[in-house]
Parts: sequence; structure tokens; C-alpha cells
Amino acid sequence: MLHYMTARELSERIRNREVSAEETVSSVLGRIEKLDKKIGSYITVTAERALEEARRADRRLKEGGSLPPLAGIPMALKDNMCTQDIPTTCASKMLENFVPPYSALVYEKLQRAGSVLVGKTNLDEFAMGSSTENSAFKKTCNPWDQGRVPGGSSGGSAAAVAAGMAAFALGSDTGGSIRQPAALCGVVGMKPTYGRVSRYGIVAFASSLDQAGPITRDVRDCAFVLNHICGYDRRDSTSADVDVPDFEAGLGKGIKGMRIGIPSEYFGEGIQPGVRDRVTEAIGVLEGLGAVCDEVSLPHTDYALSAYYIISSAEASSNLARYDGIRYGYRAEGCQDLDELYIKTRSEGFGEEVKRRIMLGTYALSSGYYDAYYKKAQKVRTLVKKDFERVFKNYDILVCPTTPAVAFRAGEKTGDPLQMYLFDVYTIPVNTAGLPALSIPCGFADNLPVGLQLIGKPFAEQTLLRAGYAYQGSTEFHKEHPQV
Amino acid sequence: MITKKDVEYVAGLAKLEFTEDEKEVFTKTLGDILEYAKQLSKVDTGSVEPTAHILPLTNVYREDRVEPSMDREKILKNAPEKLKGCFRVPRVI
Repeated sequence: MLHYMTARELSERIRNREVSAEETVSSVLGRIEKLDKKIGSYITVTAERALEEARRADRRLKEGGSLPPLAGIPMALKDNMCTQDIPTTCASKMLENFVPPYSALVYEKLQRAGSVLVGKTNLDEFAMGSSTENSAFKKTCNPWDQGRVPGGSSGGSAAAVAAGMAAFALGSDTGGSIRQPAALCGVVGMKPTYGRVSRYGIVAFASSLDQAGPITRDVRDCAFVLNHICGYDRRDSTSADVDVPDFEAGLGKGIKGMRIGIPSEYFGEGIQPGVRDRVTEAIGVLEGLGAVCDEVSLPHTDYALSAYYIISSAEASSNLARYDGIRYGYRAEGCQDLDELYIKTRSEGFGEEVKRRIMLGTYALSSGYYDAYYKKAQKVRTLVKKDFERVFKNYDILVCPTTPAVAFRAGEKTGDPLQMYLFDVYTIPVNTAGLPALSIPCGFADNLPVGLQLIGKPFAEQTLLRAGYAYQGSTEFHKEHPQV
Repeated sequence: MITKKDVEYVAGLAKLEFTEDEKEVFTKTLGDILEYAKQLSKVDTGSVEPTAHILPLTNVYREDRVEPSMDREKILKNAPEKLKGCFRVPRVI
């Protein structure tokens, strides 16, 4: 069962020569070959390249060389992360034939750490969506129930890790796009603090909110991968110049005396009873481990969603202005002048949801509406951030559900964008405030995975990992796998 | 609260065009979303400063130093149309 081992276990076995990098990568590629017709996680599979890299690692070990920590570990990257000479589509017709001439910093770093890319995963077009149904190319199924969505927008990455088609994956999270699919697919996902991971080479959606992070089988792996993707990068002007700790150190210190806030707004109407029950039980487990839990209030929670959709769409409308059919990407044919070229290219190249966000953002920024929508949303953003700052004076972390319900059926929300947006109500405030948050599996409701969300202070990923690790030390949910 | 005319106007700003059916869909869905977002007006933000960014950053400067840029061939590789080492566009004037 190489394909369900954690990256940590694989790393040790490869170093101890119990298994070769080639066997490891082959086992995952075999799994993709067998299952991905059903699941639909991958847009591009880089099989030959991956095997070549694995063989190179094996040769190095044989010749007595030392291997970097992630050598031979098969990984998947969301297809909005630039990979030099490997197509990067953003699941959009606009970038269908785009082959980046450079790599995202996260890919460079993981390559340096030895990890082997097995493929690029499906997403909602330009990461705009909550179910991966907005992909221009394919649908991705939830491995736990193929009639249901894997969540989104990093649905391909989460489904790949859940179905044993990658040891770990990276996703990007603008309003919940790592944590929400991780919760729905029963795996671990972390959105680090804004600025912790360089955005260089990750296709921009909303620049003040976007952040990349790992999707893994357990919390230990999350720390393991995080160790290799964080750090200051001068090519991202919002990259934070702060020290990066060893995220694996101190994982096992326990949570005795940790002060945990339980925000009551995250348990209001609209939460599925099964989700509420599992999260309440998980809080009981954390208390049993010595944490002190109290109810707290984040009064502006209800407004975060509106503020988020105004701000993220405004930023998207500006970021996506670059797709004009001139330097790269799709170009409409037979246009007589420049204006026609822009309009036809964009109208033919973008899908419906992307157009909706561009329209919403353009409207919110347009003369006469700027103050009422955009500026107002930015002020509300301040209030959402202050809510968190206030409770974090007295608490180390906050614990709540990642999503209000388990995975929904494919097609259930596609006709009603607002209902789709509301599914991210518990993940969005975290991005608005730039905080780190972790989603870990905490059981099942209607036989579908439920995610527990842990929210931390800026740059306190270690505290989240310590709490998550303690929880997984006394529960077995992260060891369950779907029958695919 | 948002009309088909608004949709047409904003589409023009965003360099997009829609069929009549699409205009109806966008009038409805954008209307729903903006109606929901109206709740923001209930929040008292009288003395609140807007947040554009969560990090305490102003401008990030670097030394004004010439560095090698990307190879011309590499940059042009993804161009839909090129001519003599340049991007090719339709007639502008």
C-alpha cells in the first residue's frame, strides 16, 4: 500500500532503501492510470518525467550520495502554479495551450527538496468556485461518493491525496480553496498566514487574499511539507520577511493548558446537525487532552462573506485584465481592430463564473459605486480583522467547523451562485484577516468526511500544527480511506 | 436593483460581450449577489479605516539595478501571433 503511506513514511523508507523512489512513483502513477478516469483529479500527468526524476534519485542513493528530504515523494500541484515547460491551464480555455517559461517559487523549492511532480490538478477556472465544477475541462468527483463534489477550488488536489494518487499536493486558498476541499475529501489542508509562502508564479486571483499551502494525509506531513515551501522571496512584494521555524519541532509537546476559543457565530443556523455533532465531539477530545475551551464571539462574521466577494472580485477584475490575447493565452480569430480582439478573446476565453466575478468586481470599482461597495467592504474587512485580534488577546487558537455541511451533490448549486458562495462562510473570514488555518478530518456525517477548522494568530502555524497533531494522536479519522 | 442596461454598461468597461440570454442570467445572478451584499450598509463604519492589505506594508523598494531579463525567444513562445521578434496585433491606426 505504498500509495496510502504518508510522505514522512515514504521518505524514511526510501532513505533506508526499503523501497526505491522508482517503485514509489510507479505505484502512484499506476493508481492514477487505474482510478483517474473515475475521479478526474488531473489535467496533466507528467509520468515520464516523474519516472526519470525518481530513477535519478535512486541512482544517487546507489552511488552513495545523500538525498534531499522529499526525494522520490510523488506530489501534485494545482494547475494554477507555473511549472516551466509543463502546461499550466488554470482550468481555463484562456490558458489551454499556455506553457510557462518559468516556475513558481513553491515548485522550485519542492524540486530542490527532491519531490517528484506526478501531475497538475483540476480546479475551478482561475480558482473561482467551491466545487471544481467551474473547470473548463473536466469534472472531479469526491472519492468518498462519486456523485458528489470534492469541494473547491483545489478539488483535484484534495481528491488526489484522498484517493492515493499523490503523497501530498499543493493548493491555493483565497477564500477557503485549500481547507474546504480538504474537509470534504477527508484530508488535511492548511492555509498559511498571508505572506508566509511566496505567490511568485502562482496565477493571481485576488492578490491581497491568495495564499498557497499543503494538502496532506496527516498533520505531521503538513508540517513536513510546510518546512519546504515557506520563506521570504523578493520576487513577491507582499512576501513576509519573518523567521521560518522548523514546523516539525515541538509537534508532540501536547496542548495542556492551551486556550481555545469556540466562536458561537460558526454554529448558527444553516449548520448540518451531523457536522455540529462531530465538531462538538472533537472539542471534547481537545478538552480531554488538557485544552481549556470557552465560547467566544466574532460579531462581524456574517458580513465577512459580502466583504470578501466584493474585494476578491474587484481584485480579480483588475488581475484578469492581462488576458487580452496579445502576449500569451487564447486569441479570438478574424478580429479587425484591437478593441474587437480584446472583447472577443475575453468573451470566448473565459467561462461564466469568471465573467461573473469580473463583472461584479468592475461594478464595485466603477464610478458611483466605489464608495458604497468597494470602500465599504474594505472598512468591514477592518472590523472582521479586529474581531479576531480581540479574541486572540485571550485565546491561542479558535476551533470551529470548516464547512457548514458535508460534500454536496454534483450540480446541486451550479444554478445558484449565491448558494455556492455561502458554502464558504466559515473559511472566508480567515482570508479576510490574513490568518493561518488548518482543516483536519474529525469524523463522518452521512458517511461523508467532516472537517475541523483550527484558526491561529498571524505566523502561529506551529500552534495550529501542535493542536492538530495532538488531536490526531488520539483519533483515527485521518487513517480512513475511501473505497474507490 | 441592477438592470440589463447596467450589465451592458459594465460589460463594456470589462471588455466583455454577452448574448441576450447571458445578459438575463447576469442581470439575475449579479442582482442576487448585490442584494445580499447590501447588508454591508447595516454596519456602522463611520470611524473605521479601510484595510487594503493585512500586512503592515507601505512601499517595497529595491535597488535600481540592471539585471538580466528573460530571453526574448522564451517570452515570445506563448504569443498567439508574432512577427520579427515582436508580438503581432491587429491594425491600431
